[in-house]
Amino acid sequence: MAKKPKNKRRDFLQLSTVTLGAVGTAAFIWPFLKSMSPAEDTLAAGSTEVDISAIEEGQSITIKWRGKPVFIKKRTKDEINAAKMVQASDLRDPQDDADRVQKEEWLVLVGVCTHLGCVPLGQKVSDMKGEYDGWYCPCHGSHYDTSGRIRKGPAPKNLDVPPYTFLNDNTIKIG
Amino acid sequence: MDKNRKVHQFKNPVLNWIEFRLPIISYFKKEYGDYPMPKNCNYFWSFGALATITLVTMIVSGIFLAMNYTPHTDMAFDSVERIMRDVNYGWLMRYIHSNGAAFFFIIVYIHIVRAMYFGSYKYPRELNWILGVFIFLLMMATSFLGYTLPWGQMSYWGATVITNLFSAIPFIGEGLKTWLLGDYNVGNATLNRFFALHYVLPFVIFGVVGLHVAAVHVHGSNNPDGIDIKTNNDSVNFFPYMLIKDTVAMCAFGVAISAVIFFGPNLMAEVDNYIPADPLVTPAHIVPNWYLAPFYAILRAVPDKLGGVLLMFGAIVILFVLPWLDRSKVRSCNYRPIYRWFMMGFFVNFFALGYVGMLPAEGLYLLIARVGLLYYFGFFFIITPFVGWIEKPSKLPLSISDVYAKNIAPNIGGGEKGIPSPAMQKDTNL
Repeated sequence: MAKKPKNKRRDFLQLSTVTLGAVGTAAFIWPFLKSMSPAEDTLAAGSTEVDISAIEEGQSITIKWRGKPVFIKKRTKDEINAAKMVQASDLRDPQDDADRVQKEEWLVLVGVCTHLGCVPLGQKVSDMKGEYDGWYCPCHGSHYDTSGRIRKGPAPKNLDVPPYTFLNDNTIKIG
Repeated sequence: MDKNRKVHQFKNPVLNWIEFRLPIISYFKKEYGDYPMPKNCNYFWSFGALATITLVTMIVSGIFLAMNYTPHTDMAFDSVERIMRDVNYGWLMRYIHSNGAAFFFIIVYIHIVRAMYFGSYKYPRELNWILGVFIFLLMMATSFLGYTLPWGQMSYWGATVITNLFSAIPFIGEGLKTWLLGDYNVGNATLNRFFALHYVLPFVIFGVVGLHVAAVHVHGSNNPDGIDIKTNNDSVNFFPYMLIKDTVAMCAFGVAISAVIFFGPNLMAEVDNYIPADPLVTPAHIVPNWYLAPFYAILRAVPDKLGGVLLMFGAIVILFVLPWLDRSKVRSCNYRPIYRWFMMGFFVNFFALGYVGMLPAEGLYLLIARVGLLYYFGFFFIITPFVGWIEKPSKLPLSISDVYAKNIAPNIGGGEKGIPSPAMQKDTNL
């Protein structure tokens, strides 16, 4: 019986030493792990203003925003109608066309396939546009429609819409 | 320390001086001099040594390349071109390194095929197999990181596709990807850390190889008949017999790799990687290095992002548990009349997966990839446990010497099983 309190004291000392050591090690490792996250200057990557006055109906341009391609497309009446006709509930990533555009002739998308990050084809007239006449990713065969929504292939999500505002009729600010 | 420790005595007093303070001489003598190798080992057993030599070659050529390489997105491509054009023998260093990587995988694949066919992964060498699969994983990671460094189109888009695999993980995927890249897409931060990791991982591999070799030396090497060494008649010393045999294998390997380095250095390279990286244009066909293509084929065969990623990693992870899926006590497929054909089918299937992994994922190629995927996992989960249960193995030789008694000298040895022929006894009392 005399031994018991002694052991308890030992256990306490041992446990608290190990705990303190573990917390200390974790505190030491954290700065190293955190140093691998994007640095402040990377996070500070700004916004881009784009002049869209020269874009014709049916034409699409690619600009670079935060190192990624952004597609800006002036859609034709047919393309807008095709995008609107679709029932959102039938889609893999259900979204109405109206929720993806601010002005229905202007479609702004991050041009990065949501599967594994390739840049889909469809920006040039000569490009393959896929079965839904929007974009087609050559890497693993994802098809996007005229609203940039995933319709066929391995990609799980629609093409992202970046934050943007119309500064005036001819200028879009992305970011 | 133990004062009664027996110190090994050598003729050379310098060796004795070292041995008394650090018993490293006797260690090397035991592990690489007197180490008993089964005398029936064929040239398949030289591929471990070849892999070690290739690893050292890769580390040496890599260190010299690093002296002239600049890990910055604006300068990486040009610094590699400078190595090719201006640095003395830079072209040789780079071609040794790039083709050496491909040959490293050829050797290691043959080494793995050897281990699978002759059942080297079974008791008591399971941990050895696990360490080997771990080395294979480290090799794949290292080769992927290295492929990013020249900063060509394939480098950039290969890195993009592979790091995006992590974004398939629910909830934490995007954050994990960003943390790995140090940016929201593959950029300078990524290139910098990939270079740092590509430099250090080969030394990690070297360490694990040390454990891998130490582990095999505990119970000794397996052999084509998959039976244990029972007497001295069954084995030969590593030095000089296996060393000479490995040297012959090394010469043949040297001829093969030299032929590629000097006469077809770009045979296994992708043309698109001689175009500088462009974040706005994806090449029409992104192809991995051929040695990773079987796993890439599995990724693309699944029409679901997370499912594809899980099966691709699963295809490697499944290797870890192979020793427990195979319940047969017989090691060598030479004595397993049913399983051997499924095993050969597995190798052919793996090759076919690699072939379609390099082609676009559509039509017939996609179908082949899906059938291949089914066989790959079916082999491990169904065929391997099931065949081990129903198969009746053929009769094993009583000892390694017995193999020769039957095959070579059935009459001289008197034909009695288990008794080595007099001729063989004479030969092997070495």
